[in-house]
Amino acid sequence: MNWTAIRAIYVFEMARFFRTLAQSFISPVISTSLYFVVFGAAIGSRIQEVEGVSYGAFIVPGLIMLSIITQSISNASFGIYFPKFIGTVYELLSAPISFLEIVVGYVGAAATKSMFIGVVILATASLFVDLQIQNWPAMIAFMVLTCLSFALFGFIIGIWASNFEQLQLVPLLIVTPLVFLGGSFYSISMLPDFWQVVTLFNPVVYLISGFRWAFFGLADVPILVSLLAIAGFTTLCLIAIWWIFKTGWKIRN
Amino acid sequence: MTSILEIKDLVKRYDGGFEALKGVSLDIQSGEILALLGPNGAGKTTLISTVCGITTATSGSVTVDGHDINADFRAARTLIGLVPQEVNLEPFETVINTVTFSRGLFGKRRNPDYVEKILRQLSLWDKKDNRIMTLSGGMKRRVLIAKALSHEPRVLFLDEPTAGVDVELRKDMWDIVADLKASGVTIILTTHYIEEAEAIADRVGVINQGELLLIEEKTALMKRLGQKQLKVELQEPVADVPASLAAYDLALSDDGQTLVYSYDTKADRTGITSLLSDIAAAGLTLRDLQTEQSSLEDIFVGLVHKEDAA
Repeated sequence: MNWTAIRAIYVFEMARFFRTLAQSFISPVISTSLYFVVFGAAIGSRIQEVEGVSYGAFIVPGLIMLSIITQSISNASFGIYFPKFIGTVYELLSAPISFLEIVVGYVGAAATKSMFIGVVILATASLFVDLQIQNWPAMIAFMVLTCLSFALFGFIIGIWASNFEQLQLVPLLIVTPLVFLGGSFYSISMLPDFWQVVTLFNPVVYLISGFRWAFFGLADVPILVSLLAIAGFTTLCLIAIWWIFKTGWKIRN
Repeated sequence: MTSILEIKDLVKRYDGGFEALKGVSLDIQSGEILALLGPNGAGKTTLISTVCGITTATSGSVTVDGHDINADFRAARTLIGLVPQEVNLEPFETVINTVTFSRGLFGKRRNPDYVEKILRQLSLWDKKDNRIMTLSGGMKRRVLIAKALSHEPRVLFLDEPTAGVDVELRKDMWDIVADLKASGVTIILTTHYIEEAEAIADRVGVINQGELLLIEEKTALMKRLGQKQLKVELQEPVADVPASLAAYDLALSDDGQTLVYSYDTKADRTGITSLLSDIAAAGLTLRDLQTEQSSLEDIFVGLVHKEDAA
């Protein structure tokens, strides 16, 4: 492994993030606060506790997931799409590095950025509600895995996209609906029976459920299934990336 | 001298069936400057892209200092620096950051002193903290060169370094290339301009339609390019070249109306003055004079025609 090269990519990408540090932090803080004002105070006050947890606290894991999933995808897809768009990708292709090292550098940086955002949201949320995290290691593990796997997914989108519209297409049309309908703001058990079954086909349900379990010890699906789901998703992304690496799809003529 | 770059039977066929390279073989000596001349679409950039790993070859092999570009790509690519034709740079980055990034990307440890040396050499040191988008076109090209040099390559590819560059900057670029050669870097550059090859290259290759048509020492090629012809049109046609003009090795046109004299523009004496006075002495009257130079285009046309005939 060419660690010097990985470091160079990582540092370069993080520099882009730190250049716009204020924006990077202010926007998640504001949007989290808005969610709390709307769902926590306005609507939440009319909702009973959900399985013993106040509604304001109940939505925190979902809010964090919502942000880190979308941030991971957009950071990683933009990170690799931008060099393609402006042409600097020539340098990555002519450097003595393997595709794996390129992936580690870009995905690592993208995942780090969304971890930052996740932590900021958690901190903001703790200002609004009384949060108790039952299982810190599991919470951190779920957060890291989610950031990494969705950054991998974003990287694939960035490689695939031929224009800015395509870059937005998958996050907008697929990911955002899946996250919103994945139990971010409600427990699956609140749904009618039929929709409870349908919703089990949504992979994000397993992530949010597992993450919420780490916070409050309550889950819609068994924790083991959640772990398997995220492991499976990561594996799928890795296979796709391995295939891209093997064929040079969309990068090398 | 030893070869640092060996290209054997390199073929690049795109998915559509277009053959951009049709079996190019080329040996490049360590420390030389090779200029690849050719019209647009000749395959110059494809050749460079293939050697540098940006496109993959359909068949054939390339080794850099003995390292195969596929089997041993790390060792091979470490030795190569590439200055692309298009000015592809991150607009929001500073000069120093983007150059430092390139060095790291090629696996070299940080070395601020070396980066400073490169930036000073390219007159970029004053601009090191400027964002790239604020630089002029010429300065951006220098940044591309600085990036390529940042990782201390032994072979440097310059893809049309002076395309769309003003005269002054072109001269600067030639000086930079001369300095690099002095420091032992092997340089392969592509260009449209014959003067450019003339000014800096040791050898010149001519490439057209994916084939390397010729490669020879610059001095030999320039001699061919330096030939000029003087056409002397006579008032009255003659049957033969007068004996008194035999020393000039003149050719006579079929209608006997025109004498053609070939001379070397680079020679101390072209012999035109004495030819004209000797023609007058031979009693011939002149109607018109005309000179023609064989250009790169002529050489292309000559080479391409030769191929078509074969």
